[in-house]
Amino acid sequence: MIGNSTTMLSRTADSLYWLGRYVERAENGARLLDGTHHLNLLPLNMDEQRELWRKLFQSDDEVESFLKKHNEFNDKSVIEYLTIDPDNRSSILSCIEAARDNTRAARAELTTEISQCMNQSLIDMRAVTMQSINDTGISEFLDFIKERTHLFKGVIYGTMRRGEPFLFWELGTALERAENTSRLIMTRAETFHRVHRRDDGFDFYRWGTFLRSANAYSAYRQIYGDIDPVSVAEMLILNTNIPRSLLACIEDTKDILKTLRREAPCAEMSERLAAEIRAVRLDQILRSGLGNFLNDFRKQVHALSDQIRIDFMMVR
Amino acid sequence: MANSEEQEPPKAFDEMLEPDGTVRMAYAQYGEWLEGVSKDTLIRKDQQADMMFRRLGITFTVYGDTETTERMIPFDIIPRIIDPNEWDFLARGTVQRVEALNAFLDDVYHDQAILKAGRIPPELVLNNDAYRPEMLDLDLPRRIYGHIAGVDVVRTGAREFYVLEDNVRTPSGVSYMLENRQTMMRLFPELFATNQVAPIGRYPTELRNNLKSVAPVGVDDPTIVLLTPGRFNSAYFEHAFLATEMGVRLVEGQDLFVDDGLVYMRTTAGPRRVDVIYRRIDDDFIDPLAFRPDSMLGVPGLLSVVRRGRVTLANAIGSGVADDKAMYVYVPEMIRFYLGEEPILQNVPTYSLRNPDDCKYVLENLESLVVKEVHGSGGYGMLVGPKSTKKEREEYALRLKADPEAFIAQPTLSLSTCPTWVNEGVAPRHVDLRPFVLSGRRTTVMPGGLTRVALKEGSLVVNSSQGGGTKDTWVLE
Repeated sequence: MIGNSTTMLSRTADSLYWLGRYVERAENGARLLDGTHHLNLLPLNMDEQRELWRKLFQSDDEVESFLKKHNEFNDKSVIEYLTIDPDNRSSILSCIEAARDNTRAARAELTTEISQCMNQSLIDMRAVTMQSINDTGISEFLDFIKERTHLFKGVIYGTMRRGEPFLFWELGTALERAENTSRLIMTRAETFHRVHRRDDGFDFYRWGTFLRSANAYSAYRQIYGDIDPVSVAEMLILNTNIPRSLLACIEDTKDILKTLRREAPCAEMSERLAAEIRAVRLDQILRSGLGNFLNDFRKQVHALSDQIRIDFMMVR
Repeated sequence: MANSEEQEPPKAFDEMLEPDGTVRMAYAQYGEWLEGVSKDTLIRKDQQADMMFRRLGITFTVYGDTETTERMIPFDIIPRIIDPNEWDFLARGTVQRVEALNAFLDDVYHDQAILKAGRIPPELVLNNDAYRPEMLDLDLPRRIYGHIAGVDVVRTGAREFYVLEDNVRTPSGVSYMLENRQTMMRLFPELFATNQVAPIGRYPTELRNNLKSVAPVGVDDPTIVLLTPGRFNSAYFEHAFLATEMGVRLVEGQDLFVDDGLVYMRTTAGPRRVDVIYRRIDDDFIDPLAFRPDSMLGVPGLLSVVRRGRVTLANAIGSGVADDKAMYVYVPEMIRFYLGEEPILQNVPTYSLRNPDDCKYVLENLESLVVKEVHGSGGYGMLVGPKSTKKEREEYALRLKADPEAFIAQPTLSLSTCPTWVNEGVAPRHVDLRPFVLSGRRTTVMPGGLTRVALKEGSLVVNSSQGGGTKDTWVLE
């Protein structure tokens, strides 16, 4: 129960929400890169490789900022840009810096363990160079990021008092996850309806890698068995048992908002969004274009986060 | 471990060793331990301490010309130890001083009896930049202005303590006092078993109780907040630390607003009334409607609520007039005037350059004096005569002649030294002490304080901005 005495500052709620988002963004950044790195191990020609790395940038703005610093899309330039480039505001380093900044801003609501874990992560992250990534290998580095974010979330789950502050952190995590999963699906949007050839080892590897990026490979094998793009889409969009599926993230968001304040407009909005997705028919969206569906989804998530700000952050 | 006896000028009082090399009472247990511990152990503990502070994120911000960096104040693993008798003397002296300062502030914002009695030149108070006429005739709860005070003390002999300055605006450093103790207990648990060290952990509780006791009239269960300039402020760690320890909200100016004569904070459930504000923002920035209009840190209209008695600020607006360096000279006079007692702690003899005789003397003896700006702080802009070059003195003399009222001078005190862990091993370094005095129902001082140490050999400047470090301070029971 959330009594009056635990009412929290709007600004702190905002910081915890963004803390959740940035940590999740760092983790998903690592996942996306890892997937691309694995695909890059396939025998591809130069153009295919370039296209593969370019796919990690989904808007014209992102492409433009990247090209200001690098001439072409290849493993070295993209990895550097997306991991340790301090000028790229969505690099993993920038995400962790921003997460640390929000940890400091919300320091009084967090336990010492949480703050220490974040400080240590940033200290370690700041020490990373392209040289050290090359020395240990990119996979090792990305594993380190994933481990750190898991550790951080574990410390929060294990030590943080339950109540509003905790819920705002969970809220940021859930919404960011929803956006990131839609982003991940978008990297392959046009390939889902392509006919799958069972004997194609190439394709099997691609989809396997893709599922691993969503942390859903073994779950998929257990639930669906053989790899088939339509089932992959179904799982990542509609399966509520998969924590990164769009529906699971939106259901989480809805539950959190209802606990925070049942009658808030954003709670109703999330309820509508969840109902909409539940009613989705996969064959329909695949026919009308997965890209359109994902774009619409992201627009609705943005509208929802705007409404959350209006309802809780006393926006001036 | 052997103590180095080389080159230390004989005149500095050593906190641990008598002139003949025997260990003083306070250090009896510790000295024995230090004798037996290996250098490797100390090296390891020093590294461990460094890592602990980094992980805690205890940093402060250094404002440079081109970039702003986060740095840690070096922590020294050798404690400064005070015996019960010494502490009793210091405790009585600092409490006496803060009681007099609070009485003085209440007086200068009401009847001004001390000015009428001719004990302090009125213009020094009334024309002082830190004097706030806005606070006139306002009756504060329990007549307290400086709820939190830090009294900087130095030692020059066995029973010789001097007050260097009083801090009743927004004194900082108490988080270091508390964290240093935590760190020492983790690093050297065995030492706390053998030494009877007075605990200091109740500071946040005591502060909170005091703040509660000065809530506006009619508020039984006040909402207390700590107001910080924000996470880019050099003392932000301390603000967050204290808010957590006290269990109060850590707010920024943008979180608060004034409406219909009350102060509110913006919460996820809408506005919520605030009754007591422990503020770590200076007067100048606290209310852009009343003071500096360009301040983005404060709360517009806050002063008007203070004037209606519907919110309490700690420390009160206008407290700064009591700790101004020009007022320092008169603190012993305040003690006599308000408390009818003789000062327990001495002032350092001080020359006010506004006085022509003093000014002449100072200009003739610059090489033996310390000169400070009246309104300066943090060790910036001061001249340490004995350590200065001829050129520096000449340049400084020009500034003194141009604006004598802006400076005071004091003889260079030979600050006591304390054994300190440095690269070569254990060596004496100069220290000062800031005990923290709290006022509410009563005025009390925590048994301990922040010991600052000048890590550079021979240096007398202990400020963190000038390469100083800190030590845990033990008061033995």
